[in-house]
Amino acid sequence: MSATAALRLHRFHGGLSLERNKSQATASTIQPCPLPEVLRVPLLQHAGNAAMACVDVGDRVRCGQRIAIATGLGADVHAPADGTIIAIVAAIPDVPDHAQAPHVHLRCASEQGPPIRQPSLDPWNEDVAVLHARIRDAGLVGLGGAGFPTAEKISPRCDVLILNGAECEPYIACDDALLRERANEVVLGGRLLARLIGAQSILLAIEDAMPAALAACAAAISEIAANDIALVAVPTIYPEGGERQLIEVLTGKQVPRGGLPRDIGVLVQNVATAAAAWRAVSLGEMLTTRIVTVTGRGVARPGNFEVAFGTPISHLIAQAGGYTDLAARLLLGGPMMGNALPHDDIPLGKIDNCVLVLGSEDLRETGIEMPCIRCGDCADVCPAKLQPQQLLWHARSGDIDRSASDGVFDCIECGCCDLACPSQILLTQHFRETKTAIRIHQRRDAIAVAAGERHARRAQRLQRESDEKALRDAERAKTITSTDAVTAALERAKARRQQARDEQP
Amino acid sequence: MTKTFDVGAAPHLANQRSVTRVMGLVLLALVPGVFATVVFFGPGVIFQIVLAAAFALGFEAMMLKLRRRPLRPFLTDLSAPLTAVLFALCLPSLAPWWLAAIGMFAAIVIGKHLYGGLGYNLFNPAMVGYVVVLICFPRELTHWLPPAGLESQLGTPGFLDSAAAIITGHLPAPWNWDALAQATPLDTVRELSNRGETMAEIRGNPLFGDFGGRGWEWIANFYALGGLFLFWKKIIPWQTPVATLGSVVLVTVPFWLYDGDINPFPLQHVFSGALVLAAFFIVTDPVSGCTTPRGRLIFGAGVGLLTLSIRRWGAYPDGVAFAVLLMNCAAPWIDLHTRPRIYGEMPPP
Repeated sequence: MSATAALRLHRFHGGLSLERNKSQATASTIQPCPLPEVLRVPLLQHAGNAAMACVDVGDRVRCGQRIAIATGLGADVHAPADGTIIAIVAAIPDVPDHAQAPHVHLRCASEQGPPIRQPSLDPWNEDVAVLHARIRDAGLVGLGGAGFPTAEKISPRCDVLILNGAECEPYIACDDALLRERANEVVLGGRLLARLIGAQSILLAIEDAMPAALAACAAAISEIAANDIALVAVPTIYPEGGERQLIEVLTGKQVPRGGLPRDIGVLVQNVATAAAAWRAVSLGEMLTTRIVTVTGRGVARPGNFEVAFGTPISHLIAQAGGYTDLAARLLLGGPMMGNALPHDDIPLGKIDNCVLVLGSEDLRETGIEMPCIRCGDCADVCPAKLQPQQLLWHARSGDIDRSASDGVFDCIECGCCDLACPSQILLTQHFRETKTAIRIHQRRDAIAVAAGERHARRAQRLQRESDEKALRDAERAKTITSTDAVTAALERAKARRQQARDEQP
Repeated sequence: MTKTFDVGAAPHLANQRSVTRVMGLVLLALVPGVFATVVFFGPGVIFQIVLAAAFALGFEAMMLKLRRRPLRPFLTDLSAPLTAVLFALCLPSLAPWWLAAIGMFAAIVIGKHLYGGLGYNLFNPAMVGYVVVLICFPRELTHWLPPAGLESQLGTPGFLDSAAAIITGHLPAPWNWDALAQATPLDTVRELSNRGETMAEIRGNPLFGDFGGRGWEWIANFYALGGLFLFWKKIIPWQTPVATLGSVVLVTVPFWLYDGDINPFPLQHVFSGALVLAAFFIVTDPVSGCTTPRGRLIFGAGVGLLTLSIRRWGAYPDGVAFAVLLMNCAAPWIDLHTRPRIYGEMPPP
């Protein structure tokens, strides 16, 4: 690969070599997923708060029209198709967080016109603030999985922009497909983002097990003559694509504990986000679709699909030929970090990169957990350099202080320790529960502290009032020294009463 | 039509490793050492292993039953047989059968299950068993046969003779303990050097081979071979064996350089007694040892140094078992204070 840069790569601690299982989905090119009859567009498709609907039931909307406005940290949501709003409903229970937020139900029109587009902007000469506003208006969020609103993420200045194409989790191949087929958009989008944050260098990181994507990007870079972009083939080790792991591999630096990449002058963006940013600026396109990998032995025809947000999983699965007899578990995301879904009547959103249907032979057995023998295999594979065997001990003994100081919140929940554990302990799940327990505990502590402070303030106030009263009484006692004063006051009172009586008709 | 699915926590992929595999590989790694022991001390050790394993599994099953734990997963995890084999390898090959019974009772019932069973034992069960019989039955523990080749007119007892000796406690003719019982090389060093003999004179004794005791040093080599296999299979970390053996060598070199007449050659320390077996198979016990990388270095070095101290000043010729048990007590504390730096954590000022 002549175009890959001769960058000295570093290593991150631990990780696993996993069977990739990506070729099933990339056998054919990206296919459009036809619109379902009704789209159920979630209003929380990102990190932060749910957007607020700005349409009413019965409204006719056009594709690309804004249907919900960001509130606080969040992103706008746009109609993914022409049609009529038929309902605005809350919450589907028992499903991942974002599906529990309100949804706008949109009956798709049978005839779809061209989508609404904003005017094209000149990415290289337009004012940065205008471009920034466009990214915000397009409803862009990180498409790698965390869904952090892009406009917020790109506001500070950073020296290094890393485009994350290290799609390390098995089965997921949507970034691979994007890089193979739309490398130009990624490269141009990367340049655009670099301009927005004032980055001096741009690193496009792709796993060395993705040769087709690497070749496509090399070709795109030479075609555009984007000499400012360094294409880097990084080793294929899970979780190479973890933000902190990728930063360490490329720069040799670690993001400070509890800090953010920007603290060391680095910004990481997923390649799909870069491509979406490019389309938002150069074509004026709002974010209403994404590439979703549908794969696993439980699906008849795996592939990558361009899916409108709000499309139910069941509809997408039908486009992939439906389920096979082997289908045993439905996952949103990959096999290492994905969420198991109880059913397939759940709509897809901006952060959903993969629908994976595993067979029972892929799944780990449960109920065969043995005691921890403290072998430390988990620590050897932990990319956060934690000691999961010790954290497990603290978690089981309910020692939340030690859990926190030994780094349970540094756990990225990649799942490596689970796969390394000879005792088949569900370590990651234990740590998720510990995190929740600590958060609840902290909240309870905060309430208790607030109540304590309130009580102290009240006691102080009561004390002050009684002190002041005592002082006042003392003052008065000093001034009222003789009985004359009392007689005089009585006289005055009598006179007032007399006067009042006289004035009455 | 909506299809429903069972859910489960991520990660969802199957895991290829198991406790049984770990323990099984350790047992496999002991095969060369057992083979060497048979060559030098006769087939008695095989009987010791079978006896100890039978008692270990029996006590394990009893305790699981009493503690209302499932039998199958814990009887097949191979941890009890491993304890038994390590214990049996510490016994003289013709030790009477009841030593195995008592040793395994101490190891499995007291050392393991009273502390909570697999994964919760503070002490290495094999060493608990060995120390109990060593303290209670010191005479039986000194009944070592001469290694093969030392007294060629007798040879080593055969299969049936060994079995008879272990069951009856009496040696079949023409052997008899009074004539046979051999001081181990470590006993000899200790006794003769107390009498003022120099190391060169002591090593003139036919009990000694190139570095350690005759026979013993070969057994140690085969244990080391098994240990390297475990290292290759990533079952044991490098820190513990390196620290154990390294600390012994590092500390003894200056003494030997200072006066080689009264201080043994460093490798003599390494290849005598149970040090190599311990370094690769006992100090590396994950449950009772340290689990952090630096902790393992400290733990191994502690075992090495305590062993030397006990050999030099203690009442017992070899101190590995005591050293391991003492360090077991310290392991949880060492682990707490040797946590490695977490990703992104600043070094302490």
